[in-house]
Amino acid sequence: MSSTTDASTGRAQISERTLRTDRWWLSPLLNVAGLGAWVIYATVRVFMQSYYFTDLPGQQYSYLTPFYSPCFSVGCTPEASHFGQFLPDWWWLPYAAISLPFLLLFRLTCYYYRKAYYRAFYLSPPACAVAEPHKKYTGETRFPLLAQNLHRYFFYFAGLVTLVNTYDAVVAFINKDGSFGFGLGNIILVANVVLLWLYTISCHSCRSIIGGRLNHFSKHPVRYKLWGQVSVLNGKHMQLAWTTLASLAITDFYIMAVSAGWWGDPRIVG
Amino acid sequence: MTEMTDVTEHDKTVEVHDYDVVVIGAGGAGLRAAIEARAQGKRTAIISKSLFGKAHTVMAEGGCAAAMGNANPNDNWRVHFGDTMRGGKFLNNWRMAELHAKEAPQRVWEMETYGALFDRTKDGKISQRNFGGHTYPRLAHVGDRTGLELIRTLQQKIVSLQQEDFKATGDYEANIRVFHETTITDLFKADGAIAGCFGYFRSTGTFVRFNAPAIVLATGGVGKSYSVTSNSWEYTGDGHALALRAGATLINMEFLQFHPTGMVWPPSVKGILVTESVRGDGGVLRNSDGKRFMFDYIADVFKDLYATTEEEADRWYTDADNNRRPPELLPRDEVARAINSEVKAGRGTPHGGVYLDVSTRLKPEEILKRLPSMHHQFKELADVDITKEPMEVGPTCHYVMGGVEVDPDTGMSRVPGLFAAGECSGGMHGSNRLGGNSLSDLLVFGRRCGAGASEYVDGLAGRRPAVVETDAAAAVDRALLPFTTAAEGGENPFVVHLELQKTMHELVGIIRKADEMEMALKKLEDIATRTRTVAVQGDRKFNPNWHLALDLRNMLLVSMCVAKAALERQESRGGHTRDDFPVMDADWRHVLLVLSALGEDNVEMVRKEQIPMRPDLLDIFEMDELKKYFTGEELGGHRADQGERA
Amino acid sequence: MSYWAHFRVWRGDSDKGELVDYPAEVNEGEVVLDIIHRLQQTEAQDLAVRWNCKAGKCGSCSMEINGRPRLACMTRMNTFAEDEVVTVTPLRTFPVIRDLVTDVSFNYTKAREIPSFAPPEGVEPGEYRMQQVDVERSQEFRKCIECYLCQNTCHVVRDHEENKEAFAGPRYLMRIAELDMHPLDSADRQQAAQEEHGLGYCNITKCCTEVCPEHIKITDNALIPLKERVVDRKYDPVVWLGNKLFRRGEAANKNR
Repeated sequence: MSSTTDASTGRAQISERTLRTDRWWLSPLLNVAGLGAWVIYATVRVFMQSYYFTDLPGQQYSYLTPFYSPCFSVGCTPEASHFGQFLPDWWWLPYAAISLPFLLLFRLTCYYYRKAYYRAFYLSPPACAVAEPHKKYTGETRFPLLAQNLHRYFFYFAGLVTLVNTYDAVVAFINKDGSFGFGLGNIILVANVVLLWLYTISCHSCRSIIGGRLNHFSKHPVRYKLWGQVSVLNGKHMQLAWTTLASLAITDFYIMAVSAGWWGDPRIVG
Repeated sequence: MTEMTDVTEHDKTVEVHDYDVVVIGAGGAGLRAAIEARAQGKRTAIISKSLFGKAHTVMAEGGCAAAMGNANPNDNWRVHFGDTMRGGKFLNNWRMAELHAKEAPQRVWEMETYGALFDRTKDGKISQRNFGGHTYPRLAHVGDRTGLELIRTLQQKIVSLQQEDFKATGDYEANIRVFHETTITDLFKADGAIAGCFGYFRSTGTFVRFNAPAIVLATGGVGKSYSVTSNSWEYTGDGHALALRAGATLINMEFLQFHPTGMVWPPSVKGILVTESVRGDGGVLRNSDGKRFMFDYIADVFKDLYATTEEEADRWYTDADNNRRPPELLPRDEVARAINSEVKAGRGTPHGGVYLDVSTRLKPEEILKRLPSMHHQFKELADVDITKEPMEVGPTCHYVMGGVEVDPDTGMSRVPGLFAAGECSGGMHGSNRLGGNSLSDLLVFGRRCGAGASEYVDGLAGRRPAVVETDAAAAVDRALLPFTTAAEGGENPFVVHLELQKTMHELVGIIRKADEMEMALKKLEDIATRTRTVAVQGDRKFNPNWHLALDLRNMLLVSMCVAKAALERQESRGGHTRDDFPVMDADWRHVLLVLSALGEDNVEMVRKEQIPMRPDLLDIFEMDELKKYFTGEELGGHRADQGERA
Repeated sequence: MSYWAHFRVWRGDSDKGELVDYPAEVNEGEVVLDIIHRLQQTEAQDLAVRWNCKAGKCGSCSMEINGRPRLACMTRMNTFAEDEVVTVTPLRTFPVIRDLVTDVSFNYTKAREIPSFAPPEGVEPGEYRMQQVDVERSQEFRKCIECYLCQNTCHVVRDHEENKEAFAGPRYLMRIAELDMHPLDSADRQQAAQEEHGLGYCNITKCCTEVCPEHIKITDNALIPLKERVVDRKYDPVVWLGNKLFRRGEAANKNR
């Protein structure tokens, strides 16, 4: 029983878990639906081990989906593995098994996602002023949730992976014959990378490292300025978190479609 | 739903505490006094009528005046002193104004060592802003929430003192304790000196008595005697009334500051201030006929300075050098008087104000840029978008200059052991207070009272007056009286309160006439009878009805003081405007009207001469200026008469 | 313009209590606190309510209106439909005294546990020099009017009475952040925030920010930065390495 409804603590005796009359349940519901759908899609795609690289005969261009980058498995198409192949090709091991866990952990420990899933999945609390169902609550004071404090390690790694994604987006402009090419896929890849950067640098850890940890902004004018800019982005961290989920899925789906030959990539140059 | 309770059932148990100093009131003055008393090694109690940290000080927006000279190095205490005296029309207690001007900077700097974070200048000092009546930018401020910063800082300083005591003794409350939501209803004297006080805890309704040789009153103002006020429910003149009943005297009670533009609609925010800059930025005043009426109210002395046509007034906003100011920017009392006349003539808004419209002159973007907090205030509180619609405004009772007559240096009243600081003390501001001088007043005289009380306690050398038990028993009975009369079917205190407010608002308001005030005094006599017999429903636990019944007698007493003094003073000066005596009279400048209690619900008044100003202070002013305020024989000591001093 | 609204007000004390129905006249422009006052003047004269400034500046009239923690003076009646039942209850996290008044002493107890501002040594009053950009963050937190709506809505204590011992609550964790960011404060506060004041209990679900009538970004600007500062001290290898390389010890920590 939640203390909210427990009059033995001297509180007003009100038996309802909440007296809210608005649709407070809608937001957690949408979060469950949205995050759930994305996780299912991503899981399916990550283990598919195909349609991750557009390499059809006759096509000059090639796109690599971020879900498979960097492609370290010996099962990868060699053209997709610019950083070497050393992971064994097992069906249960994603080709990007080095980067994916960190990306997952980066988002899992992200201050925004924490809010979203603590509310939607853990129901602690489901919404403000709505009693949670748990008997005990210790928050992030002990293992495993204490590990949320490791967010900034994952931020550093996520930065590296985003560099790789940037590399992928850049090399996608180079056709197989070395000439410059440019199609709809490039726009999608670049847009996705830009959004990923915005999400990554709008991270609360980043905001702290850049300047938040300083007590005298006046002694560090450059970092203060950067902090101000990161702070503006940080205000949009939730929107960026959702936009990048969408952009990742769209990018991946687009590349899968082109790779599977469902449609061709409209080319603007080459 | 609730039954009347017979008084015989009432629990008359009284919790007793012993302290060296009891401070009644937990606003700026009270907390500063308590900090000082504790610093002098006195066991100190703070009585807070509401929760700790909610005092009315939080409402102060502009800032805290102190001649630190951060914004303009020419500023010093003499200039501040001069401004304060001018603002008060030279009726101020000059010694208080002197101490205030001299000590304010130290008091502000001290706040920084307690953790206050004022806005800063470029070189890292405390930023100071301009304000009406101050020669130089002088107000230390934090955006528009300076009062909150002060009260929070003092509150946190008290916590830090308690932490020190905890380290030393294991008890946070060893030397300084805050009694939340506690109301004091009586002071006790023994052999003419303060012996203690009595009151009740709001949450339980049970009684408490403090045995203490020194009591500091810091209870704030009296605004709740008026129907339109910027003051909260606590402002019922408790300190004024407690002092009177204990045998102390009040001065300057005829001087009340009415701000011309308070919100009058919606009811929830009636009285809340609308800042003067709305008019400065182009807000115009209109009556219900849509007429910009201020042009009809330009007195002869102002004819040369103010525009006489709308066209000229409109041009002033863009070209101030070649046009005269719009009449909306006349001094506060002139504007308040004009609004008052329009409403009385039946040309007011449905809610008893006039329209203040800034939307017709400024573009929405400009309004948002120049008046963000006003836009926010009306949007959030009134659901009025001032970029599209006019505001409804009217005069609101804001501050009482009058209060307990005290010794300037120690803050002690005529009663040994009884001190007063802040709004409930009188003299410092004369007939009119300058904006920004109230916060500094709190700090300067709060500290002086704390020190004065400590010194007084030391002087007793352990021979403390003891509370007389019959007095204590009488206090219990008086507090329970509204329950006794309940059985006999007295009136609802809310009804009597509304009647009192209406009487004061309509008859002893911003513009006063002899016949109206005489009528008010008669009505107050009638209200006095009704106040004695108000009856309350319910029990004693957090019962607002009972609280009001007890506060009512304080409001009644101070209302009588205001009405009596206002009727007596036959001139207009600062916060006292007589329709029948519209000019300032030098023969009244040196006269103080001193009020003392006559039984529980009546007062008597005597005239008293001001102490002549010290020559060196008189010399701060030019002779020409002084001649406007002083009679000829008062100015003999001025340097102009004696040759320049070195 | 006026209409009759259906109010349900919780009446009672710590022994018993119930929601009582009142028809209440509502006029244009009124807020919930006006209606409560009207009830006091008419059919519920002894209805207990705490209030002061009526302008959203003192933070006294905190209560729950249709289940949402609000200031009654800032909740306009036109935000409800005329036929909507308006339910008003006391804050549900603190012991009730009577009707809409609760015992908020939890907050004063917690306030006392946070070490106060530690003035810099050797700096006299009047010699304090701080830049505006350096005080702005703490100034945001000092806008707090101590209405305790954040303390009330925080599920850590709202749903778990037993956590009141270990958890200072958003308002007082914000106070630690305020002092930690103060350019002249000389105390070390980060470790204590985590170990003594329960920063780890916060799971950043942001209800404190949602209910703040002063619109202080408690979570984003105070609690998360404070968590990050704790990480700096306790968990970050890069910062640790930086401190080693540039010989910046604990003492220099406050002065950065």
